[in-house]
Amino acid sequence: MLETVFCRTPALADVTTHYCPGCTHGVIHRLVAEVVDELGLRERTIGIAPVGCSVLAYNYFTTDFQEASHGRAPAVATGVKRARPDLIVFSYQGDGDLASIGMGEIVHCANRGEKITVIFVNNAIYGMTGGQMAPTTMPGQIATTCPLGRDVELAGYPIRVAELLSTLRTPAFIARASVHTPLYTVKAKEMIRRAFRHQADNRCFSLVEVLSTCPTNWGLPPAEATSWLEENMLPYYPLGIFKEPGGEDRAPSPLGEKR
Amino acid sequence: MAKKLMKGSEAIGEAAIQAGCKLFFGYPITPQNEIPEYMSHRLPQIGGTFVQAESEVAASNMIYGAAGSGERVFTSSSSPGISLMQEGISYIAGSELPVVLVNIMRAGPGLGGILPSQADYFQATKGGGHGDYRLLVLAPWSVQEAADLIQDAFDLADFYRNPVMILGDGLIGQMMEPVEFHPDRKPCKELKPKEWAATGCKGDRPTNIINSLFLDPAALERHNHKLQAKYEAMARDEIRCAEYGTEEPYDVLIVAYGTVARVCVTALEDLKEAGIRAAMVRPITLFPFPYAQVRAASEKAKAVLVVELSCGQMVEDVRLAVEGTRPVHFYGRQGGMLVTPEEVVDEIRRLLTVPQLEADHA
Ligand SMILES: Cc1ncc(C[n+]2csc(CCOP(=O)(O)OP(=O)(O)O)c2C)c(N)n1
Ligand code: SF4
Repeated sequence: MLETVFCRTPALADVTTHYCPGCTHGVIHRLVAEVVDELGLRERTIGIAPVGCSVLAYNYFTTDFQEASHGRAPAVATGVKRARPDLIVFSYQGDGDLASIGMGEIVHCANRGEKITVIFVNNAIYGMTGGQMAPTTMPGQIATTCPLGRDVELAGYPIRVAELLSTLRTPAFIARASVHTPLYTVKAKEMIRRAFRHQADNRCFSLVEVLSTCPTNWGLPPAEATSWLEENMLPYYPLGIFKEPGGEDRAPSPLGEKR
Repeated sequence: MAKKLMKGSEAIGEAAIQAGCKLFFGYPITPQNEIPEYMSHRLPQIGGTFVQAESEVAASNMIYGAAGSGERVFTSSSSPGISLMQEGISYIAGSELPVVLVNIMRAGPGLGGILPSQADYFQATKGGGHGDYRLLVLAPWSVQEAADLIQDAFDLADFYRNPVMILGDGLIGQMMEPVEFHPDRKPCKELKPKEWAATGCKGDRPTNIINSLFLDPAALERHNHKLQAKYEAMARDEIRCAEYGTEEPYDVLIVAYGTVARVCVTALEDLKEAGIRAAMVRPITLFPFPYAQVRAASEKAKAVLVVELSCGQMVEDVRLAVEGTRPVHFYGRQGGMLVTPEEVVDEIRRLLTVPQLEADHA
């Protein structure tokens, strides 16, 4: 008899996605779905879809879903979780969605310690609307609204969301991972697993920032897009865990005193 | 249950709790702060949840999320905050979710002032946010009616799967009046279980998706037709209004809603003493608007006077109702200034000296 050694995880719908070839949104979907299944959470999970390339995420998972307006997924997730604390709630958001229009919602959701999990996909660009500059676009990176490359004199430096949110005292778990090679992907899955585990154990807010590719709007073939991510994004967006439950609070060093 | 002296804001909060609402998300703004304050102390007592949102934008999206899970939820705010909530409201209407919203209107535009106003009539009844949608809008004129309408609002919201707005003014929120609650009250509509809610797809139930995105234009058109059919059903089944003095003959018909209508009732008494014949229709549902009732009552009058705390927004609906068969006049105050009974009496005296009217009156 043949033995099945690998199959699609049940939380991932058996459909073709609309993602571009080489886009890592699909990889991140699979990691989330595998974790949801491995933790046995599918039947009580509600996903919150963003506005961005992953707007149709509700078609790609086999969990209940609610579509949020642009940037408000953390507020929608708050509503669901407060109404039904027994459910597992996650939002899936891009960098324009979370770090630009939705910056207020994510900061306050994290700071209230809502018991939700956020999967934050940082591809350094607005994918869905055709490649405009995002708050996470790299210095010098070309986008349709910074055709000469991001000028930090005008647009400032890219926002490091994981670092920013980890200055808050409340959140339970904040990490950054990447999915540009299989090895990094395995590590990313472990980060996502920990984030969901914290929620399942009733600990507060968890977020995993996942560095992702957008070959289409970066104007690069898929293989080159993964090396571009490695060369340009990894040095600026270090990977790892920024905050864990019971972690230290950040304290400033007093003026004139050495640390 | 015995009558209790309560502030309008508190009666609104208590009525929501009596209606089985255990969730409130909101952001402070005068003149309705007593509603969130009341909810923040009452909800924990009954095992409910109060969240002070970071903004009205967030609050409107939190109620959207909570309603998606099938639980009863409400929020309250005042004019500038309601403007910020339009994003969530449009999504709630588009996704067909039941929520109850309270707007204790203050004077605008812009930051305006904190005193009573009715200048958000257009925003409440004609859309407010983007897209073809309607709120069911209820306008109480007393604390008791506010409490009763809140409870009906939850039933109507669930029945139609549509946002329902209670449109009050600063006076409704601030005044104290005796209120009676009826714990054995029955829902005003027959309600079905919320099988559409996103609550986790147990077993082999297909996934429930709360959504207003339709990328196929034909599907979106069908969705719009479905929404319109719902608004037509509301216009057929939910119109509420009250009439004052319309059984006697009269020359002038007043149309007013909310606390302004109470001022006009005093004016009607004064007019009667002065031998001037007038009557009033008070719309209680502003959407659906009681076009037929206003039309029928106007036919017995020579002229119609709309009284509002705005620059004349309901006037447009009254004109639609009478379809040019009677002159429709307007009297109103703005900026938080109130209408007095004397002003209404004077305005009606003035109207009756308009040559055409006077001739008919003689
Ligand atoms: C209120 C509002 N403003 C703007 C838009 C248009 N819009 C859709 S997606 C998007 C940006 C998405 O970028 P990102 O969040 O980075 O996700 P990605 O597509 O890259 O995955 C914008 C600006 C919108 N839908 N709603
Ligand atoms: S535009 Fe970019 S982010 Fe969007 S699907 Fe294509 S590659 Fe992925």
